[in-house]
Amino acid sequence: MGDMSELKEREDKLQGVGSSLPRKEDARFIRGQGSYVDDIKLPGMLFGAVVRSPYAHARIKSIDKSKALAAPGVVAVLTADDLKPVNLHWMPTLGGDVQAVLADKKVCFQYQEVAMVLGTDRYAAYDGAALVEVDYEELPAIVDPKQSMAADAPVIREDIQEKKEVGHGPRTHPNHIFTWEAGDKAAADVAFASAPVTVREEILNPRVHPCPLETCGCVASFNKATGHLTVYMTTQAPHLVRTVLAMLSGIAESKIRVVGGDIGGGFGNKVPVYPGYVVAIVASIVTGVPIKWIESRIDNISTTGFARDYHCVGELAADADGRIKGLRFTALADHGAFNSHVSATKLPAGLFSICTGSYAIPNAYARVDAVYTNKAPGGVAYRCSLRVTEAIYLIERMMDVLAQKVGVDKAEIRRRNFVNAEQFPYTTSFGWTLDSGAYHGALEKVLKAVDYEGLRREQAARRADPNSPTLMGIGLSTFTEIVGAGPTKVCDILGIGLFDSCEIRVHPTGGVIARLGTMTQGQGHATTYAQIIATELGLPASDIVVEEGDTDKAPYGAGTWGSRSTPVSGAATAQAARKIKEKAKQIAAHLLEVGEGDLEWEIDRFKVRGNPGQAKTMKEICMAAHTSNIPAGMEQGLNAVSYYDPPNLTFPFGAYLCVVDVDRYTGEVKVRRFYALDDCGTRINPMVIEGQIHGGLTEAFAVAMGQQIPFDENGNHLGNSLMDYFLPTAVETPVWETDHTVTPCPHHPIGAKGVAESPHVGGIPCFSNAVIDAFAHLGVTHMDMPHSAWRVWQQCHALGLDRR
Amino acid sequence: MANTHTVSFTLNGKGVTVDVPARELLIHTLRERLAHTGPHIGCETSHCGACTVDLDGTSVKSCTVLTVQCEGGDMLTVEGLEQGGVLHALQQAFHEEHGLQCGYCTPGMLTRAYRLLKENPNADEQEIRRGLAGNLCRCTGYQNIVKAVQSAARKLAAAPAA
Repeated sequence: MGDMSELKEREDKLQGVGSSLPRKEDARFIRGQGSYVDDIKLPGMLFGAVVRSPYAHARIKSIDKSKALAAPGVVAVLTADDLKPVNLHWMPTLGGDVQAVLADKKVCFQYQEVAMVLGTDRYAAYDGAALVEVDYEELPAIVDPKQSMAADAPVIREDIQEKKEVGHGPRTHPNHIFTWEAGDKAAADVAFASAPVTVREEILNPRVHPCPLETCGCVASFNKATGHLTVYMTTQAPHLVRTVLAMLSGIAESKIRVVGGDIGGGFGNKVPVYPGYVVAIVASIVTGVPIKWIESRIDNISTTGFARDYHCVGELAADADGRIKGLRFTALADHGAFNSHVSATKLPAGLFSICTGSYAIPNAYARVDAVYTNKAPGGVAYRCSLRVTEAIYLIERMMDVLAQKVGVDKAEIRRRNFVNAEQFPYTTSFGWTLDSGAYHGALEKVLKAVDYEGLRREQAARRADPNSPTLMGIGLSTFTEIVGAGPTKVCDILGIGLFDSCEIRVHPTGGVIARLGTMTQGQGHATTYAQIIATELGLPASDIVVEEGDTDKAPYGAGTWGSRSTPVSGAATAQAARKIKEKAKQIAAHLLEVGEGDLEWEIDRFKVRGNPGQAKTMKEICMAAHTSNIPAGMEQGLNAVSYYDPPNLTFPFGAYLCVVDVDRYTGEVKVRRFYALDDCGTRINPMVIEGQIHGGLTEAFAVAMGQQIPFDENGNHLGNSLMDYFLPTAVETPVWETDHTVTPCPHHPIGAKGVAESPHVGGIPCFSNAVIDAFAHLGVTHMDMPHSAWRVWQQCHALGLDRR
Repeated sequence: MANTHTVSFTLNGKGVTVDVPARELLIHTLRERLAHTGPHIGCETSHCGACTVDLDGTSVKSCTVLTVQCEGGDMLTVEGLEQGGVLHALQQAFHEEHGLQCGYCTPGMLTRAYRLLKENPNADEQEIRRGLAGNLCRCTGYQNIVKAVQSAARKLAAAPAA
């Protein structure tokens, strides 16, 4: 014993935490054997096609089903009137509001669900949908949220017109949803009144869509004989959905089975409960046969879970050196026609109050006013942890605005305001306790890696050259994320705390099955959770099977969104494994006839301290646990379950740098370099982490450089297919350079923080800051996203830069 | 249904015959009638490439090909890449280089990369990126997909011709 190479060999064999273990889930995907919802085919299954509103705001005068019902292959047509007898024409949302399942007397956004046609196959169903005749009386639509609360604004939601509140405090107008405030307004105002430097900027986070490659859909199957309902669906939160379905349908939760299966990307789009799912379920209950409903791409972009639409104003007050003394951030939030996105009861604006970012800001105030418009519902989605993207975009943009006003370098303004490493845990003026960080070190590492001074010299030379056809911009983003919702004392949905769970069963030969309340959508959970268990229990990851998503099998949990899987379920996994290890230790002591205190753990076994020849491997203990040779009074088996309620959220951070070259004649922006340093605490699988960062940066690139869902003044969509909506291809996508530091989370059992959303949250402002920096020497302090060639050219043109 | 047409083609080396309405799209025939659910539906407008299959030596988007156009054709889908229990070099490389996450684009991406390397076995990075531009991925940012295609290209070049 003690042979280092032998120890290393044993450790490597486990492929535990820190190993870039290739993914277990790949085997089926590379063979085309994934099981996505549209792959499911049940006997007698009908297909449901949704009839959607062509108007953004209209009264439904009549619906004529007769032609549709006469079409070949059409079995039934369901409208709100058909759902009324079972009281399912409206449903509660995850945001405290109600939403029409099928439009009841009026439609409030274009493409809203009006009817569902059931056909023997999808062709028959869509033929039928085209034959449903709906007579509408068009009403004036509100598209601009700034018009929502006008005195003469049309009332969008007549169903709640008289309601004084819709779950989040008093309303002041029929189109008002809530007003949320945080921080100390009076203290912030005092700081502004006395500050030598103040800056203010209006900054838009436009409406975008996460657009996972697989659209949303389900197969609902109600068994009339047993009263059991099974729903295969695209969901990131199967257990929460089952609870909602039980509340909605009156079916006992134990008789409802929700199965996530393989999910073709989620990005927050697959958290809410959509009308299509509910109609399919009702249709199956009514007809007694399985019903499949699958969105088209146009349905997906037009109606399900968009992101952002935050119209912000940022203000900072600072001393003459740029040290921030006060912050005032406000946002007008366009939630569309229903307040339907996932929302913690006490946090209607999500985690927006993380908007002090990585900086020590003594006085801060934030306010969000949410309103209804005649647009599709949503807002919280897209790799963003509940409004964190909006918050961090605002502070990271405002840091640049302040640097320009004070006249200091954009790296230096950050250095002057960072929370120092020795200040952690650091409580912000909004009350969040940042767990750990080393912001200065991360920034300096990046600046050194890219030769920041050299880049600024090159930029100065470019600016001095009147003949240069391009403008050079350097963007920085030194963000702090807030993920891992969350402590049940502050975070709940419909009253259910956002804990999460893991159940581990260890079998006699050392094979392990672990089941969790989360739901992978490509993040590699089957691999990374197995690695946590491998290290904790000394059993090889190859023999550890991870199962999620089937509510009949997995313990209760809130699902995968907001980068919560590793911070919450990863912790539950370690905790459950430690319970098992504790029992294993008792068995080892019994087998070795020593006291537990005489044992020490070494990779995959307990050995007797000072007598290394005496040891019991975990595999030996697994077998022993299933025999009579265990301590007196102990039960057989090696199983445990843990429900983990995190004591705090986790705060991953990073320092990103982007260099762009802007063509002054065309407005085209070329990303020359993007360097991303992330610190997510303990790194479980570096390969998977890098993959998550590549993907998050690419989605950040998409948002910053090209995505926006535009509408005309009547609320008509002006771009809801992939013909118009920008998804980057391999050609436009920049090459990503990644780096890391490791600052473990002090309160997480293995020190991990979560990572997948960091590159999206940190990436978007980095791109914007780079583009705007290209124009900074000309007095430009802000340009709204997306920085498409057309929009950037307009800036060039306004400044006369495109004249030869 | 109204009039159907009998269509025969070769699918992953085996002859198949289907009776389909004239308007039926190839992706639906493959998925619904022939139980080949590897190719996926992502956009219905030929933009995303999740439905890519290989038809007569060309990559096609099966969401915008009519099945009746395939009479006598020779078709390869992701299900046909593995031969005799041995993964194709591209499948192996996607696994080793972490070239996939949710897996939804993967069948189309693999099938497209297969044709790309047939057309240009020595494709450089830019040629690979251009060659895959008809296949969208929302998860990976393409970097590891490109690495996987490069890695497979090297292995295929080194291997004796099958």
